Amino acid sequence: MPTVVRVCTDRDHWFWRRVAGVGHWENWALGELVNVGETVGGAVGSAILDGYIGETRGFRVPVTGYELTHLQMLEAEAVHIFREVAAEFERPALLFSGGKDSIVMLRVAEKAFWPAKLPFPLLHIDTGHNFDEVLAFRDRRATELGARLVVGSVQAAIDGGELTEDTRPGASRNQLQTPVLLDSITDNRFDAVFGGARRDEEKARAKERVYSFRDEFGQWDPKNQRPELWSLYNGRHRPGEHIRVFPLSNWTELDIWRYIAQECLEIPSIYYAHSREIFERDGMLLAVTPLTQPRVGEVVVPRQVRYRTVGDITCTGAVESTAATVDEVIAEVAATRITERGATRADDRVSEAAMEDRKREGYF
Amino acid sequence: MAELLRVATAGSVDDGKSTLIGRLLFDTKSLFTDQLAAVERTSRERGDGYVDLALLTDGLRAEREQGITIDVAYRYFATPRRSFILADTPGHVQYTRNMVTGASTADLALLLVDARKGIVEQTRRHAFLASLLRVPHLVLCVNKMDLVDFDREVFEKIKEDFRRFAAKLEIVDVTTIPVSALTGDNVVSRSPSTPWYDGSSLLHHLEELHIASDRNLIDVRFPVQWVVRPRSEELQDYRGYAGQVAGGVIKPGDDVIVLPSGLTSRVAGIDTYDGPVDEAFPPMSVTVRLEDDLDVSRGDMIARPNNQPTVGQDLHLMVSWMVDAPLRRRARVGIKHTTRSVRAMVTDVSYRVDIDTLHRDEAVDSLGLNDIGRIALRTTSPLCYDPYRRNRNTGSVLLIDEMSGTTLGAGMIL
Repeated sequence: MPTVVRVCTDRDHWFWRRVAGVGHWENWALGELVNVGETVGGAVGSAILDGYIGETRGFRVPVTGYELTHLQMLEAEAVHIFREVAAEFERPALLFSGGKDSIVMLRVAEKAFWPAKLPFPLLHIDTGHNFDEVLAFRDRRATELGARLVVGSVQAAIDGGELTEDTRPGASRNQLQTPVLLDSITDNRFDAVFGGARRDEEKARAKERVYSFRDEFGQWDPKNQRPELWSLYNGRHRPGEHIRVFPLSNWTELDIWRYIAQECLEIPSIYYAHSREIFERDGMLLAVTPLTQPRVGEVVVPRQVRYRTVGDITCTGAVESTAATVDEVIAEVAATRITERGATRADDRVSEAAMEDRKREGYF
Repeated sequence: MAELLRVATAGSVDDGKSTLIGRLLFDTKSLFTDQLAAVERTSRERGDGYVDLALLTDGLRAEREQGITIDVAYRYFATPRRSFILADTPGHVQYTRNMVTGASTADLALLLVDARKGIVEQTRRHAFLASLLRVPHLVLCVNKMDLVDFDREVFEKIKEDFRRFAAKLEIVDVTTIPVSALTGDNVVSRSPSTPWYDGSSLLHHLEELHIASDRNLIDVRFPVQWVVRPRSEELQDYRGYAGQVAGGVIKPGDDVIVLPSGLTSRVAGIDTYDGPVDEAFPPMSVTVRLEDDLDVSRGDMIARPNNQPTVGQDLHLMVSWMVDAPLRRRARVGIKHTTRSVRAMVTDVSYRVDIDTLHRDEAVDSLGLNDIGRIALRTTSPLCYDPYRRNRNTGSVLLIDEMSGTTLGAGMIL
């Protein structure tokens, strides 16, 4: 069994495998051979194969004794789910927000259909209150993949008078995403929508199936879910109904980060520690932005922070952190004693069942 | 990096299951302070005398209000050696359906007995379902050992009782561990209170258990899930068959047969996004290319000419029935088997198994909600299958209501 090494640089990947016998590595894409211990790479980065990998990020995936690592098993399961849905549904779409879970989900989707392109478009529900870095990233990724990007705009729905914005202090556009999402699904006649939600995120999610059925109003009925057995997914549905599919159901926050490291995935810079003007509200650290301004009595101070989740600016808090690299984030996540939503999401703090209530109405 | 172990557990609060799970989560640092604080707050508000860890995943409003667990709950924890997915099923009504669901993907079934009570009806039911679903490993935790003064005699008697019962079932690997979930004895580390016990602690056992050989690495089975055709300029002629390996080890150069057509070819290569591989085995998701341009589509099965699954339309199954409307002879159902969907008619309801006594009731002519029984089916077109005991992937089927789309039951091919 060859050991596959991927060397990642800022710009490119190479794939290497050990040639039968000892002492050589082959780049299967370029047909190059190198000796063990030899430095490879170009202007962007370099690496030494077998053992030490320097300067650039790199990793090895040994596949020996017919065993897979747990990330490989989770990935194989998710790839299977993607292919099942693509085969059994007419018009799937993948929800891509530019957040870390959807970035991981997108990579797994790429793997599922490689070397062909994704057989479905990307869908983003833009609240109009997103981080600029995240939107730029979203557009670039879609272009790279040659994927069609469908954007459902909350701002457009407000401007067009279809939605009324709650302008009281502290209100967010989180609730407004649901009607826009449902309209986007109806308008595009999507019958399956992939989401990056995980069961470890939130307790209402913990009970949700991989294939989560929604009626013609987009509603979720948690007490009436189909049992899911083995890896046999039942995708039967009637016209007008659709399913939400969660290929990463069994992944944890730490798995997501380890996968980001393993795959050398680029993620928006706000996931890493940076300095920001911050004020505290209800125990959350909020950034000073045109949309989130401190009230009287709230003190603004510069702090080293990063985001654990990336949602709407108005309801996503930062955490204090010095983790500036993937490895440092992994170490931080492994040691943290607070769940990611507990630390950073005002939208989940409304009540114990806030997520369930939103999901019942058709939320992500 | 660590591998993955899927554990199914079932039972009620009384036997200390929540306490045991809570301890595993807590001691592996998988329980977060905000989760614990929320659970403590709710327990206090409800006036519970203890912190009810079931509240950690009883996230649905109805569950919180009624203090019951409605559904299978998945919990995740990891140690440096392994990652674990725990499917925790409630011990009340609809219990069989949920336990069957949880056990269908499990590597290990975790059963608890109260040391003061010994083997009870529920233990026998759990063990039977674990054996029916062919969960490869079973751990019997004799809990509340602290309440019987860590008496070796008590433990040995329960172990022997269970051994005698399990002999009637097809359970391959049973491990019995004396524990106290409340005090933590033998949960994470070996307890000084049981010097007579020479086995591992529960967590150590879960970490070290050898599961790699549980998969079928002998019979090559590759259900075609999706045909990869890039239709781009550089890859005009590329045609690959994507799927998850359901059995055996596939290598480039292998002679293969495509079923049910019977056409033969040879494996030209096995592709993944991360590069070609020399071997593919379960549960890898890969793309197989063949040397010849054959008509292969979703639902076909790739196997070896000298080792083929049964191709047929008459199936005998053990089924777990999951809906109120009874299953009767002549019922028409949809079938999903590997990547193939067909229709079928129930030609016979042979018997119902009393899951408490294991007695076969042959007088019945239907199966109701949560019943387990044997039936026969005739499908509209052939399936390529193996007995469930030989391969869980190619021996399992879903029974589906053609009208509503509901999953009616789970079937294991005999």
